[in-house]
Amino acid sequence: MALAKRIIPCLDVESGRVVKGVNFVDIRDAGDPVEVAQRYNLQGADEITVLDITASHEDRNTTVEMVEQIAGEVFIPLTVGGGIRSCDDIRTMLNAGADKVSINTAAVHNPDFVREAADRFGSQCIVVAIDAKQVSAEGEPLRWEVFTHGGRKTTGLDAVEWARRMVEYGAGELLLTSMDRDGTKQGFDLGVTRAISDAVSVPVIASGGVGNLDHLVDGILEGGADAVLAASIFHFSEYTIPEAKRYMASRGITMRL
Amino acid sequence: MTIAVIDYGMGNLHSVAKALEHVTQERVVITRDARRILGATRLVLPGQGAIRDCMSELEHTELRGLVDELLAQQSKPLLGICLGQQMLFERSEENGGTECLGFMPGQVRRFPTDMLDPHSQRLKVPHMGWNQLQLHQDHALWRGIHQDEHFYFLHSYYVTASNDTDVYGTINYGHITAHVATGRDATFAVQFHPEKSSRAGLKLLENFVYWAP
Repeated sequence: MALAKRIIPCLDVESGRVVKGVNFVDIRDAGDPVEVAQRYNLQGADEITVLDITASHEDRNTTVEMVEQIAGEVFIPLTVGGGIRSCDDIRTMLNAGADKVSINTAAVHNPDFVREAADRFGSQCIVVAIDAKQVSAEGEPLRWEVFTHGGRKTTGLDAVEWARRMVEYGAGELLLTSMDRDGTKQGFDLGVTRAISDAVSVPVIASGGVGNLDHLVDGILEGGADAVLAASIFHFSEYTIPEAKRYMASRGITMRL
Repeated sequence: MTIAVIDYGMGNLHSVAKALEHVTQERVVITRDARRILGATRLVLPGQGAIRDCMSELEHTELRGLVDELLAQQSKPLLGICLGQQMLFERSEENGGTECLGFMPGQVRRFPTDMLDPHSQRLKVPHMGWNQLQLHQDHALWRGIHQDEHFYFLHSYYVTASNDTDVYGTINYGHITAHVATGRDATFAVQFHPEKSSRAGLKLLENFVYWAP
């Protein structure tokens, strides 16, 4: 008996539709976020994260409606990220039924925004997303920096220091994505996951690079993460969530089965 | 038949209201209007954030007197959720010590930050995620809910009730046993979030809607 480690499927949405494809055999509309979220809920997902990649501001109303629809049907924790830049954005998403919001670029541009958001809404609903990339050369001690713009722009911020600072400012959870691994299916960057998990007292979600179930296990046991986030391995039914959970449990990890 | 979710300005009440609407045809209102609260057949007392803010908002919205009165009367079912559970006890360690409603004797304490899991990893605070409920006493709200059922938690402070008879469910986190379901008469209160606990949580809310204490 203990707190279960969490599996969090992530949906990329644009203008209220799931993009990057979801491929369940018996789903009617793979683009419908409510249907996809409901499917994951029935499979036993521990939380759902929705990442809004909508570019235009007007279309964000569609995202709000989508969050309302998911929250009205799927009764597990829901995190919404992408384009969260102000306390008004946070209020809008929480009122629509999100439980947490994930702040990324806006935190880099204005760290005090995290402090203000945690003060106003409580740390429990403030997730800070950190996109980290290894910057140390071979033979040097490992070092990672925070990047923005999908890993293209460096900020010069040391990722571990940044993680500590964000927790001090009131982040209740960190979503750590390795930009070196994202999309590679080679597994999480366990070095940065471990370094940040050890550096902070709040839960860390590992993300970026999952290609098989051993990667999920490694993220928890070697990376020290409290939760693992994955998209494609679940979207394309390579593995189902129950399969992943049973496998992780068989490796000695406490899971909600 | 109306269920009133008491809105004293703390936190996100929409999730609770939506989950209730999912399990009942009864009207669910989010309100701070004293007449509507008095006119409701059932009450939900949620809570989020810091306990001192919860207590001061309760005073500020002039709902403190009403809530005290409703707790004293026990004339209709009330469900406390998260800080809505903690507030029912005497005192919390949070914010340097905060006096609470004192409906049940007991204290609210912080999880220690130096606890380790079986893999020797530090247990995180807040206690965030799914933990297994240990049923401590039978209750109408446990109908269809099993021993070891998972519920979703998100909190750094936990209740220790003084009277064992007020305790209905517990969880273990590190060496701590937290009293996560407590109640007395027409009041029941849980630390976890039934509105976020999938099937088991919806079942508990459904039981609450049909509960006739």
